[in-house]
Amino acid sequence: MANCLRLKINLCIVRFRGPQSATCCQRSCGHRKYAGQWREITGPAPVKMSKRRSAALTGAQGISLAQKLLRERLCHQKLPDQPVGLDSQYKHLLELLRRTAVHGESNSVLIVGPRGSGKTMLLGCVLRELMSLKEAQKNVLLVELNGLLQTDDKIALKEITRQLHLENVVGDKVFGSFAENLAFLLEALKKGDKSSSRPVLFVLDEFDLFAHHKNQTLLYNLLDVSQSAQTPVAVLGLTCRLDVLELLEKRVKSRFSHRQIHLFSSLSFAQYLDVVRAQLSLPPDFPDPKFSDEWNHSVTKLCEDKTVEEILRRNFNGSKDFRSLHSLLFLAVSRVSVSHSTLREADLIEAWRLISVDSKANVLHGLSILELCLIIAMKHLNDTYDGEPFNFQMVHNEFKKFIQRKSHSIHKFEKPVVMKAFEHLLQLELVRPVDSGVCKVQREYQLMRLMLEHGQVMEALQKYPQCPTDVKQWALSAFG
Amino acid sequence: MSRYITRLRMRRTYKWNGRPVGEDRKLKRKYYESMSISVEGKTEDATVSSGQYILIEGDDDDNPFVAQLHKLYTDDSGKKKTAVVQWFVRMCEVPQNKRKLLGRDPHPQEIFFYQDRSCDNEVDGETILGAVQIEYVPAENSFPEGKSKDILFVKLLWDTKSFKALDPELMQPPQSPKSPPPSSRGPQTRALPTPDLSVMKRAMSGTLTRGSMSTGKMNSSEAESLHSASKLSAAKALSAKRRSRASSGPHVRKKLDLCSPTKNVSRDDVLGEILDEHTEKTLTSKLNTSPTGRISISIRLTPLNLNEEERVFPLSSHSPDKPKLTAHDKDDATRARTPSRRKDSAALREPALAALAEEEHEDSPIQTAATPRSKRKSAQLVSSRIRKQLNVLGNKVDRLSDGDDDDDCFIPTKTDLQSSSDEEEEAKIDSEDELIVKKRRGSRTPRSTEKTRVTARTPRKTPIKKTAPATPRTPRHATPSIPSRSAPARKPGNVLEEARARLHVSSVPESLPCREQEFQDIYNFVESKVIDGTGGCMYISGVPGTGKTATVHEVVRSLQQSAEQDEIPHFHFIEINGMKMTDPHQAYVQILQKLTDQKATPDHAAALLEKRFSAPAPKKETTVLLVDELDLLWTRKQNVMYNLFDWPTRRNARLVVLTIANTMDLPERIMINRVASRLGLTRMSFQPYTFKQLQQIITSRLNRVKAFEEDALQLVSRKVAALSGDARRCLDICRRATEICEHSGSQKNGSGLVGMSHVMEALDEMFSSSYIAAIRCASVQEQLFLRAVIAEFRRLGLEEATFQQVFVQHQALCRVEGLQPVSVSEGLAVCQRLGSCRLLLLEGSRLDLFLRIRLNVSQDDVLYALKAD
Repeated sequence: MANCLRLKINLCIVRFRGPQSATCCQRSCGHRKYAGQWREITGPAPVKMSKRRSAALTGAQGISLAQKLLRERLCHQKLPDQPVGLDSQYKHLLELLRRTAVHGESNSVLIVGPRGSGKTMLLGCVLRELMSLKEAQKNVLLVELNGLLQTDDKIALKEITRQLHLENVVGDKVFGSFAENLAFLLEALKKGDKSSSRPVLFVLDEFDLFAHHKNQTLLYNLLDVSQSAQTPVAVLGLTCRLDVLELLEKRVKSRFSHRQIHLFSSLSFAQYLDVVRAQLSLPPDFPDPKFSDEWNHSVTKLCEDKTVEEILRRNFNGSKDFRSLHSLLFLAVSRVSVSHSTLREADLIEAWRLISVDSKANVLHGLSILELCLIIAMKHLNDTYDGEPFNFQMVHNEFKKFIQRKSHSIHKFEKPVVMKAFEHLLQLELVRPVDSGVCKVQREYQLMRLMLEHGQVMEALQKYPQCPTDVKQWALSAFG
Repeated sequence: MSRYITRLRMRRTYKWNGRPVGEDRKLKRKYYESMSISVEGKTEDATVSSGQYILIEGDDDDNPFVAQLHKLYTDDSGKKKTAVVQWFVRMCEVPQNKRKLLGRDPHPQEIFFYQDRSCDNEVDGETILGAVQIEYVPAENSFPEGKSKDILFVKLLWDTKSFKALDPELMQPPQSPKSPPPSSRGPQTRALPTPDLSVMKRAMSGTLTRGSMSTGKMNSSEAESLHSASKLSAAKALSAKRRSRASSGPHVRKKLDLCSPTKNVSRDDVLGEILDEHTEKTLTSKLNTSPTGRISISIRLTPLNLNEEERVFPLSSHSPDKPKLTAHDKDDATRARTPSRRKDSAALREPALAALAEEEHEDSPIQTAATPRSKRKSAQLVSSRIRKQLNVLGNKVDRLSDGDDDDDCFIPTKTDLQSSSDEEEEAKIDSEDELIVKKRRGSRTPRSTEKTRVTARTPRKTPIKKTAPATPRTPRHATPSIPSRSAPARKPGNVLEEARARLHVSSVPESLPCREQEFQDIYNFVESKVIDGTGGCMYISGVPGTGKTATVHEVVRSLQQSAEQDEIPHFHFIEINGMKMTDPHQAYVQILQKLTDQKATPDHAAALLEKRFSAPAPKKETTVLLVDELDLLWTRKQNVMYNLFDWPTRRNARLVVLTIANTMDLPERIMINRVASRLGLTRMSFQPYTFKQLQQIITSRLNRVKAFEEDALQLVSRKVAALSGDARRCLDICRRATEICEHSGSQKNGSGLVGMSHVMEALDEMFSSSYIAAIRCASVQEQLFLRAVIAEFRRLGLEEATFQQVFVQHQALCRVEGLQPVSVSEGLAVCQRLGSCRLLLLEGSRLDLFLRIRLNVSQDDVLYALKAD
């Protein structure tokens, strides 16, 4: 979830800055490894392209163009033409907002759905459509707030005032104290009436976080405006919490219209596959028809492949949201290069490997033999004492036993060396003290827990390069 | 103008100047001509005398009250000094909603003659701050430019309902000597006979100075007037009769003519007085130290009596011209002191005014713009000016005599008006003022209800205004507004849209059905308080959406209507909402701002309100304060609530506080005893609507727009009544049902009415839990994880498990289902996704394997959702 949020914030920031080059966005997503590669590809392309615009593109140009297009799609930089599988919700929301824009009817609505279910995308599509209506175009004011950015009402008020360009804004700065700002905004909203003022759309992303603000002042006031004959407003809340209404205070709740739009994807796997195909296909207006035909053909073939289908199914089983799918496809697409100009099965497998890898197992691969031995000792202690916490002394004893009885390849380590190794594990948070606060206990006797699952240890051992067999056997043996 | 006087909050000492000029034994009052005010730390004293325009201390330091001083008297003990005044109002004192009646921007120095019966015109003499200069500007003229900031202009009359052109005579102080009412009072009271003839002779001798003239006049007139004033209060009772008698236009003119002879008489009079001035000149030593305002006073000591004697003659000769009745009245007044003397009161007032007018007159040749205060401040300047004046006068006797002729034309027109028509009119006003003495301005704090800080008004702010365009900081004072739309909102097209518009909570219904009893109770409560001019508290409770705020608003609206029709006294309605402020103490700021348009810090505002509500000032309007969401005004010490409930108990507060909150037992639960006790027992609770009431509400809102089937309405109202009784909910559901009907209507082409099925759908949408749908739509791994959670719960026999435990179950289930087991990272991701939807309740994710998991849905629901799959 944390990753997910970070990504969202990144995108937020990128959006605030305005459209930016794809490369920049790639970097912000954290895939530096591939970003460099792209630059090499995209570098010379524009020069050549200008020379022979109409003619068929070279392989490299085709690839770079295709990648650019797909990246836009997969990084959510461009709204899709039509939201997938959300037709009724789309209609409902559009109709609602249209009434606010055209008739000046105040409304409040919550869009609820799990992360990655397309809440923001839906809203984006609706707003795009709304703004294309002539009568709504110039009549609507839009205020966008995000619970992660506007962490309290004070900031939120300033942001609203700034976005509405009310008079106590000079440049980008908002004047006045919190109380004054609130009074000011309420005054402004109160002055308007249904027929003559421009409707204001308040989009509250992460709506549930606004409910944690003190007294829910902002929500109360916005919803109160929406329930009284003042400036027409539409309050749109986006949230992934199903119990969001229970967060609202009863008087706030009473003022909310209880209109909720749920986004639950009831996608079947077949539909999912279709989406994958659609996401990867190049549009018909691609400049190089030959390349796009080839590409699309390869994509169709790819989707029929058993291994690929297996991977996609696993991903589908894990989560239905498109964001995880996108990150998978994203990695796959970025592996396409001049040497193999179409998307291959291997690309997807590699991408899946990268995505599904267990983070802690990865960490284990980088440990020394001694540290690994300590982990195994801890695992044995865990087995012996049924998950009860242990301390360094116990681990050391277990380790000594192993050295004395079974080990052939590993020499005796001095206690301070073992201690050092143990502390390294502590730093890696593979072991964690039971109660972090207490420092009175001597370090050797501080109680610890192993933060690894049984399976994780075994898997790491399997993959550990040149692991001594006696260590492996020790790990596999039932009791130390 | 005199801001700094008030600002500094200096100690002022008040002293009578000279001896009493009149006495009313019945009322045990002694009348004085003038009073000197000495301010600590200043060498010179300020003097105010009858007829002068004065500033009176008010709530607003920048804009003290303006009035014209009519009388000054002291009571028996001689301690309490009281002044009778004619009020003027500033624009900022005019109620905000009436200001637009002016139809133009007020001049920053503009004030209005205040004509209101309900205003107390007696003030404590010790609230007088000093003198001020006021100029009358005829209604059609524009305001003079380039005058000193200290001069106030009066152009119109404000009678609490509208602005009217001000008859200059109302303004103009009566030029008493020429038009005194036939009163034989002077001699009686004074008993200081001075040979009439000698005066005449001296007058003949002809050192005619305006200054002396004026003083003489004033003195004489005041002597009478002050005396007769003693009857004033007694005359109150007859005010009504009096008013009816008050002459209208033609009558006035007639009287005017009648009065004209006095002109000549008065001239003689004047001459005589001028002679006095001669004697007074010897008193210049006194004058040197005293400002012009005082001249008259110091002078008066000797000449007064002379004048008195002089006046007797012309007056008596004049009196026969006057209507019999009045003359008779006056005689009565003087002799028997019956309380019926209206005339006298009039007479009394005019001279008082005259004094000031004359004074200004006398100043005018030299320095028109000078304010009395400035004169007071610089004594040397004044004395030199007097000397100069005398010189000038000496040089220009001839010219002055011409001028005098002019004056004869000029002044008498005014004075005659004053003396005849005005005499009565003023009397009327006077008596009216007296009648409602106690109603408006208190002796100490004159009303401040509608006082607002009009920025352009005070001299200090004007420069700011000038610089304003340059600084970008002004927006804070700008009135905010949402820009208006370019295209007008579309009106509802069909029946369903019409119904939807009517059903929107925001649409104001014509009436509030089902709350008749509550409405009546609140109405009676507020009405009785407003009529009695007392205060009180009421606590209204009820769950959200039961019409508490709407009912109170409705009550206030109908009360305001009846106030418009003068059935009940006017009152001021203020509303604050605990939710619409950032901090409980902001309540003070908001109340103050709505009351007076002042901005202040919470502490300062609390102090100002405290002062306002506790001052023994008979204010003219009751304040009705609605406090919504009271529970949010709770503070640890509860001082906000305490104050809100304490103010109404003050004797003079005239504050009605209506408080609204959700919980019935709020006073018992969160209020400490002293607060709860002040809130009292006037409570009302709004019960949740029953289904019949809800049905009635919808029906009345729809108002014969046929959009719903009867059954559908009943279903909605029954459902909502069973759940919450929240009318908002009910309306929202109906609104949603119309939408559903609209969408489905195009396909099914039903009756076009909202039917049961639509309502059911809307109800489902709003009330059905979304958890089951969410579980059904979850991914395979998420469903498995939920199953693992339940399996682990069953195994443990607890409703809580760590992730590690659940994960083991999860992997086992995966194998059972023939799926490839997931890694810990994936498992954790699945768990977090469920947690973010709140299907699971999770601890912080940093606990990793050991984070504890609980279900947020019942196990049965989960199993049901998974089974149906």
